[in-house]
Amino acid sequence: MKKKLLCVLAILMLFCFFSGCGQKNSSNTLIVLNYGKYIDPEILEIFEEETGIKVEYEEYITPENMYTKYKAGAIDYDLICTSDYMIEKLIQENEVSELNYENIPLVENLEQTYFDFSKSFDPENKYTLPYFFGTVGILYNKEIVDESKVNSWDILWDEDYSGQIIMADSVRDSFMVAQKRLGFSLNTTDEAELRAAQKLLIQQKPLVYSYLVDEAQDEIVAENAAMAVVYSGEAGYALEFNDKLAFTVPKEGSNMWIDCWFIPQRAKHTENAEKFLNFLCRKDIAMMNFEYVYYATPNTQVKDALDPKLQENPTIFPPTEILENCEVLKSLDDEATMKYNLYWKEIKSAD
Amino acid sequence: MSKLKRQLLAGPYILWMAGFILLPIAMVLYYAFTTTSGSFTFLNVTSITFSVHLKALALSLKLALLCTIICLVLSYPLAMILNHMKTKSQGFIVFIFILPMWMNFMLRILAWRMLLSNNGIINSLLGTLGLPAIDILNTPTAVVFCMVYDFLPFMILPIYNAMTRIQTDIIEAAKDLGAGNITIFFKITVPLTMSGVISGIIMVFVPALTSFAISDLLGGGKVLLIGNVIEQAFMQEYNWNLGSGLSFVLMIFVIASMALMNSRGDDQGAGVL
Repeated sequence: MKKKLLCVLAILMLFCFFSGCGQKNSSNTLIVLNYGKYIDPEILEIFEEETGIKVEYEEYITPENMYTKYKAGAIDYDLICTSDYMIEKLIQENEVSELNYENIPLVENLEQTYFDFSKSFDPENKYTLPYFFGTVGILYNKEIVDESKVNSWDILWDEDYSGQIIMADSVRDSFMVAQKRLGFSLNTTDEAELRAAQKLLIQQKPLVYSYLVDEAQDEIVAENAAMAVVYSGEAGYALEFNDKLAFTVPKEGSNMWIDCWFIPQRAKHTENAEKFLNFLCRKDIAMMNFEYVYYATPNTQVKDALDPKLQENPTIFPPTEILENCEVLKSLDDEATMKYNLYWKEIKSAD
Repeated sequence: MSKLKRQLLAGPYILWMAGFILLPIAMVLYYAFTTTSGSFTFLNVTSITFSVHLKALALSLKLALLCTIICLVLSYPLAMILNHMKTKSQGFIVFIFILPMWMNFMLRILAWRMLLSNNGIINSLLGTLGLPAIDILNTPTAVVFCMVYDFLPFMILPIYNAMTRIQTDIIEAAKDLGAGNITIFFKITVPLTMSGVISGIIMVFVPALTSFAISDLLGGGKVLLIGNVIEQAFMQEYNWNLGSGLSFVLMIFVIASMALMNSRGDDQGAGVL
């Protein structure tokens, strides 16, 4: 008898376990997917308190990771923040639904310039809401690195800094460095140009301390390496922690990126998503968020309220002449993507 | 209890196995032999012959082998020493070996990264002592080091288990018949602990061969193992077919190494684990 009971109990437990896996269908939630360290967690709490909407928040590392997570389809995200070229890809695949700007009145706080920039991937500004933007450059330690040389990508191939260089562990960002050094477009699909960039990156590998994404700035702050290829916002954040650091965008040009929010086709709580977007544009919230993330914000209300010194800080708010020298990443077709991936793997496995 | 009832008791486990072992394997097989559009192909599996994949596989095999050998060389004498201690202290020492496993292994790897980094604790300690800094982070050495650190208990415990089961009578009998310590070691201890050694080898070699987290965190993105290639195929490239194809090849390697080990172990009595 006891054994029979045990048996029933075991089966019952298993069923409980499986039912736990099912989708939670409570109506008043919002499922958000965003880069790591890319929102002030406090504002999520404030949003929950103000609206009673429960926020389920998830993070990812690279846009490619996001794409996999999204495409796997296990969770119907309501709101996703990602970068230009990935949004373009998703728009092409009909995965993005149009925003209803009537529900986001505070969009007027955002500067028109950045909507113009977004037109490179969202030509009619129908789908996306700019969140933060910036460039890619070199974060370096002034005490170790020769400042007269750091204005060129060449320094990342300088043998004097062997074992002191951190490269980006992301296909497009690393290729961008080599492509710009060679004077190519960062959206090139030309076989010869790609091979040339790859060759350069393989040459560089013995000098590289490590390939990192989010941890790059931490390593520079801890002075484990002398320079790293990082996003401007990360650099701005790192500068706060260590006076010896500085940031520059090399003269050959770089990548200008815009991260935007979009509502995917499969979203179940579109209204909540729009409420959240409106909330993010609100001055006090955008201010809190800016202070936490420390990336260039397109929100004019926030920028105008900042200390003029900060407004002119070229690390956080890249000046126009630098932005004009930069290119926005475009989405590549499948064949080119496969090429980039294969060449990247070959770099990673090179001796 | 009737046979049916006994089978019913195994039900939860069978369900578990079907859902979390057999089904995923079937899915891997399906993806491995299809293209993105769903038609049949061998290309994903044969892509292991791409030089970049072969290189990663060779490196994985090399590091896993190295790790297994180091673990074995460290564990065997240790198990012998342990076996000769008082029973009370044996329990305590075994407890110490298991202690690190109470903490998540990811955290321990991250801790090693902190310890080994250029300005890390170990190097600043060496610096104050006037010794040269060690520069192994982001190299295969660091990866092997951490694999050994992580998997060592899996080698020690089965060997130690096998050793405790050797009856002292046998050794005394051997001594009576005039065998020296070396003869006893090679004729009695080694053959009787072979089953433990084999379980240990499997339990170290297989996870070492398939690992990707350690090489990611301690290799600084510069050590590309086959596990990293597969992870990249799934996570970065959204190419599940390629990832599954390569996983399938890796599975063959794992099964082959286990079969090889088990065929050696069969005649040595029951395995420990």
